[in-house]
Amino acid sequence: MQITSQQHLFASKRSWIQHHKWLLLRRISQLSIFCLFMSGPWFDLWIIKGNLSSSLTLDTLPLSDPFIVTQSLFAGQLLTSVTLTGALIVTLFYIFAGGRVYCSWLCPVNIATDASSWLRKKFRIKSSSLFARNTRYWLLFTAFVMAMITGTLSWELINPVTLVQRGLISGLWISAAIMFAIFLFDLFISRNAWCGHLCPVGAFYSLLGRLGFIRVSAHNRANCNDCMDCFAVCPEEQVIKPALRGTDQLISPVILDINCTNCGRCIDVCNKSVFKFTHRFNHNTYVNKPLNQEPSQ
Amino acid sequence: MKLTRRSFIKTNAIAATAAAAGITIPGINNAIAKTSSKQIRWDKAPCRFCGTGCSVLVGTKNGRVIATQGDPDSPVNRGLNCIKGYFLSKIMYGKDRLTTPLLRMKNGEYHKEGEFTAISWDKAFDVMADKFKQTIKEKGPTAVGMFGSGQWTVWEGYAASKLFKAGFRSNNLDPNARHCMASAVGAFMRGFGADEPMGCYDDLEHADVFVLWGANMAEMHPILWSRLSDTRLTKEGCEVHVLSTYKHRCFDLADNGMVFTPQTDLAIANYIANYIIQTKSYNKEFVNKHTNFKKTPTDIGYGLRPEHPLEKAKTGSGGKLSGISFEEYKKSIEEYTLEHASKISGVPEKNLLALAKVYADPNKKVTSYWTMGFNQHTRGVWVNGLVYNIHLLMGKISEPGNSPFSLTGQPSACGTAREVGTFSHRLPADLVVKKKAHRDFSEKVWQLPEGTIPPKPGYHAVLQNRMLKDGKLNAYWVMCNNNMQAAANMNEETLPGYRNPDNFIVVSDPYPTVTAEAADLILPTAMWTEKEGAYGNAERRTQFWRQQVSAPGESKSDLWQLVEFSKRFKLEEVWPKELIAKKPEYKGKTLFDVLFANGQVNKYPKQKITDDKGNVYQNDEMEHFGFYLQKGLFEEYRRFGIEGPKKGHDLGEFDTYHQVRGLRWPVVNGKETLWRYREGFDPFVKKGNDVQFYGFKDGRANIITAPYEAAAESPDKEYDLWLSTGRVLEHWHSGTMTRRVPELYRAFPDAVMFIHPNDAKKRGLRRGMVAKVASRRGDIELRVETRGRNRPPEGLIFVPWFDAGRLINKLTLDATDPLSKETDYKKCAVKVMKA
Amino acid sequence: MVSLQINTTRRRFLTETARTVCGVSLFGLGLGFYTQKAFSLPPTSLRPPGALSEKEFQAACIRCGLCVRGCPYDILKLADIIDQAATGTPYFNARHAPCEMCEDIPCLLACPTNALNKSLTTIDDARMGLAVLIDHETCLNYLGLRCDVCHRVCPLINEAITLEPQHNVRSGKHASFIPVVHSDKCTGCGKCEHSCVLETAAIKVLPAHLAKGEIGHHYRLGWQEKAKAGESLVSPDASHEYNLPEGLKYEHSGKGLIKN
Repeated sequence: MQITSQQHLFASKRSWIQHHKWLLLRRISQLSIFCLFMSGPWFDLWIIKGNLSSSLTLDTLPLSDPFIVTQSLFAGQLLTSVTLTGALIVTLFYIFAGGRVYCSWLCPVNIATDASSWLRKKFRIKSSSLFARNTRYWLLFTAFVMAMITGTLSWELINPVTLVQRGLISGLWISAAIMFAIFLFDLFISRNAWCGHLCPVGAFYSLLGRLGFIRVSAHNRANCNDCMDCFAVCPEEQVIKPALRGTDQLISPVILDINCTNCGRCIDVCNKSVFKFTHRFNHNTYVNKPLNQEPSQ
Repeated sequence: MKLTRRSFIKTNAIAATAAAAGITIPGINNAIAKTSSKQIRWDKAPCRFCGTGCSVLVGTKNGRVIATQGDPDSPVNRGLNCIKGYFLSKIMYGKDRLTTPLLRMKNGEYHKEGEFTAISWDKAFDVMADKFKQTIKEKGPTAVGMFGSGQWTVWEGYAASKLFKAGFRSNNLDPNARHCMASAVGAFMRGFGADEPMGCYDDLEHADVFVLWGANMAEMHPILWSRLSDTRLTKEGCEVHVLSTYKHRCFDLADNGMVFTPQTDLAIANYIANYIIQTKSYNKEFVNKHTNFKKTPTDIGYGLRPEHPLEKAKTGSGGKLSGISFEEYKKSIEEYTLEHASKISGVPEKNLLALAKVYADPNKKVTSYWTMGFNQHTRGVWVNGLVYNIHLLMGKISEPGNSPFSLTGQPSACGTAREVGTFSHRLPADLVVKKKAHRDFSEKVWQLPEGTIPPKPGYHAVLQNRMLKDGKLNAYWVMCNNNMQAAANMNEETLPGYRNPDNFIVVSDPYPTVTAEAADLILPTAMWTEKEGAYGNAERRTQFWRQQVSAPGESKSDLWQLVEFSKRFKLEEVWPKELIAKKPEYKGKTLFDVLFANGQVNKYPKQKITDDKGNVYQNDEMEHFGFYLQKGLFEEYRRFGIEGPKKGHDLGEFDTYHQVRGLRWPVVNGKETLWRYREGFDPFVKKGNDVQFYGFKDGRANIITAPYEAAAESPDKEYDLWLSTGRVLEHWHSGTMTRRVPELYRAFPDAVMFIHPNDAKKRGLRRGMVAKVASRRGDIELRVETRGRNRPPEGLIFVPWFDAGRLINKLTLDATDPLSKETDYKKCAVKVMKA
Repeated sequence: MVSLQINTTRRRFLTETARTVCGVSLFGLGLGFYTQKAFSLPPTSLRPPGALSEKEFQAACIRCGLCVRGCPYDILKLADIIDQAATGTPYFNARHAPCEMCEDIPCLLACPTNALNKSLTTIDDARMGLAVLIDHETCLNYLGLRCDVCHRVCPLINEAITLEPQHNVRSGKHASFIPVVHSDKCTGCGKCEHSCVLETAAIKVLPAHLAKGEIGHHYRLGWQEKAKAGESLVSPDASHEYNLPEGLKYEHSGKGLIKN
């Protein structure tokens, strides 16, 4: 009872904007990337050509999706130095920004799955996940094996992520249909199914995230009042626990799990300002005490 | 026993072909793909198949023929080939090539019912020579014999002729050309006193009208057909008339297509002659100056066994000609009016009239072609002659575009079987054994004592099978043919003959044919460019080739086999003492010494064989025997044409033929002859004679009257359909080569029965169903084909004979033309029912 | 109690893993089958110039659409999942819009991978497909009419498509001009198919593997080999001579018998 009133008290303290800061930034990011690609065909303003698979910015900067490039390599194609350079640039970027930043800041499918997750909460639609979290790694493995066996980009024939991206850019209802299908699947059939359990693209980027520099840290975990809001909003809720509750086990407050998408929703929803963006080596907590000196209970 | 043996052969043949055709030759395609044409050695050779005589260039690499191409410099085919010729490079590489002699053995010994066991050549010839010697000793030379081939090279036929007619002193040597060209030969000899056509392929461009009498050139002579078609398409007023007993591909081009009742071609030809005379269109000057009128005995039977009722009923016999007047000739064909001919043949009057008119038009050059429809005919010599009559009456002969032209089906039916004279009654260059002067001349060339060559003609093809069955022919060598699949009435004649325990049958073949399976000893044989060779095509063109590759395993050429085998015989073992006494210097010598090491044949020493590009070629026979065997044989053989009693058979020198794309004989002073018997074109025609048929002393050709007579066996109530057999474009003869080319096998895998849809319906048969065809002699099962290339009329079925798994010769009747002894494969009575 | 719990956890773990592995394998199998189907590029879909062989192309193309952006005529399209061409790969339909054969091949230059092979530098060497005059029964030129639109629109006129005059047997007085496509020149741009005036085109550009036969490796065309070599491959024929009446001569490798 007391806690609840406290929440309201805090809630009232933070504006809606503050409450949705990172979400809005992400939506802006997703939209502007889409606009960048569309400025050419729509306004003949050719800043960037191609799509998320591979593109050329200002006719100089090549960018290629390392996942597709890797599939191509598995399929036995050596590709060109341009493509490989593009893929390297992108890889370096994600190593810096955190692998699954791709999922939360670029991928348009994210909008659909975020929406279904929001509606699930709103209408209290409850169903457990049909899939294990590690299914995506099996699928990622399958994508590479199939590329090797068939000698072609087998997975790309049906990859909903690239289908949606291409569809958007070439302006087709196909992508809307696929997004809607994923939305419905996530909403009614299996919770967080696509982005959180199945998508091998995310799985691939999560692997880049192993070295991700920018990370979310529960630096203020001492302040946590166990309201569970962050768990509720997080698409990969399993990533929070070690960092947030790891004080006793002397675990770093930095969320190092490779599946953290750096979406920042936990920062948005936390009224205790437990979370913030930092880099992976910043193990400090808010009180600025060395970890090992943290008193035990 | 008969049944099990038959099914044994059947299953074996099917297995053999399926295995051979189903699987491509491993590695060959890859090997070729990696080879650039520069590394391939190219040399010329005539095609191995039909009598057209297309020239091909043979590409050899690493001891293997890996490619061919049509010879662009050949005047016959100008770089083209039919689909069989296209696959020439594959015919030698069937998976089941025989590579070692195989003898039927039980417990290490020869046994008639033994299993085929691999043995050495030495052992093979030991057993074989034993059997031949024993037979000659016990029963005399008429108990040994050989069945040869129009696919033999010139020198192979010549060596066989020498070995049998002089060596073993047996005239029981006949080629498979008996089944295909004998009637044409008979008619040439009776009509002109000299064998082979007067025209050449240039007639294809010079004629205004083509008439096909029982020739399906579209499928059987595809390259000639494309020449004929081109003339039809490009020459104003050109017409094509086609006569056949069923519709085939030639009808597509025909301006006047005629389907006639089998055997009535005799009546149609007589009608045309009658029309020419009645309309007084005939060339009086030509007839008066260049022809004689003759008649031939009629009702001469059907060449069946003497006890056959048809033979007992006959009233006449033989072919002895007697002179008649023009008026008598005119009267003899008077009955063949348009109405009569139309009624008897079933061809509408207007079609017959159109045909008669083109022949009778003095301004139209007419070339007539025929093949097996005329030759495989119980009145084959007659019907050949009846077409000559038409051409002679009009004087449409021996000049560009005006030619009666008999086409051949084998690559060297002319060059070997006919010119070398491997028939049971013949000697080289149109000589015959019956005439003493001819024997004397041959013995002189061969340096043999007088009386070596027996005067009595030997057993011809059909008689050989009968004599084998009757136990009168006991040591028998079959070479370069597949007679178990070819000879008519196989069930009742051929197979019992081969399997008669008194007989020893040797078969030389590259592949395990049905004939080989029925033999006691199989000799593995080199084929085509695995030996040096020479073929003579239908237009008198002699073409040579060099040996390109080695034969597989222990295979040896027919020539090697014949000559090597002759070493096994001491003269004393095969000749009577009196004969040897006439040439005492031959005492103790072998047949090899007398026939082949005679100072003539072994005159040319071993030499390096090269072409003008410096490529070196092997010659296995030269290597083995130590002299240039082929050249020696050819140069000796050439003497028959130049010095012999029958003029106009001159051939060029051996070496020349290796340098040219064939020469058309007579070759006089290096010059070819295109049209025979015509002044200017033919050097043997005396100046001022215009036309001279110098085969006869008076220089005149014979117009021989002959009536229509019924076929030996016609459909009746029980056996209610005619059966005609023949070939298809994709397969050549018995299919031993073409069925081993996977692509050709796929193109036409198994024989079918072409039948009119109404006939099929009446019997409850649908297209694609398996049906049984039966004659009085046997039955086989075939798929029903109511569509496709051949469209028989109601009452007739057509079945090709290439399929070793469906032996149509179990059904065919061994009725022959009593004059030519050639079997009629186009007519017998059968019934068709659900299988 | 404890051991039971561990057992249950382990069993659950094993069951779940087995379930995932099975599911993913089944998915992989289905994907494999689908992929095999995707190799069969529909004959009406043509790849941009310089495209590698279909299988290689599908492996090398990363579906970025840069070629589509490169094409100044908006002819190329990336295949959707509902299209028959492999998802995301570029293609064009000649009847709808043919390749304009830009000299600088911008689509190829735009390709970041080697899916469009950079070794193609001259558009005339492109082999996007091969035009085939499929329907002789409706082709107006075969019928003797003078259409030959396909011939005239061909960017390689008289090279890629020639007209072979033939005697019109039916009219007896005219020549039919038969369009003949030469595979050594045809780029497969599709101009001919696009411009064929029939309701449905009689000439169609097909992928080369559908359009082209292949002669047996065991056979050569004699006249071509002779032309290549510049002389007869087998010893020049010794000169042939003939017995002839006066006023006639005979050409061995020509017309045969001719009057002087």
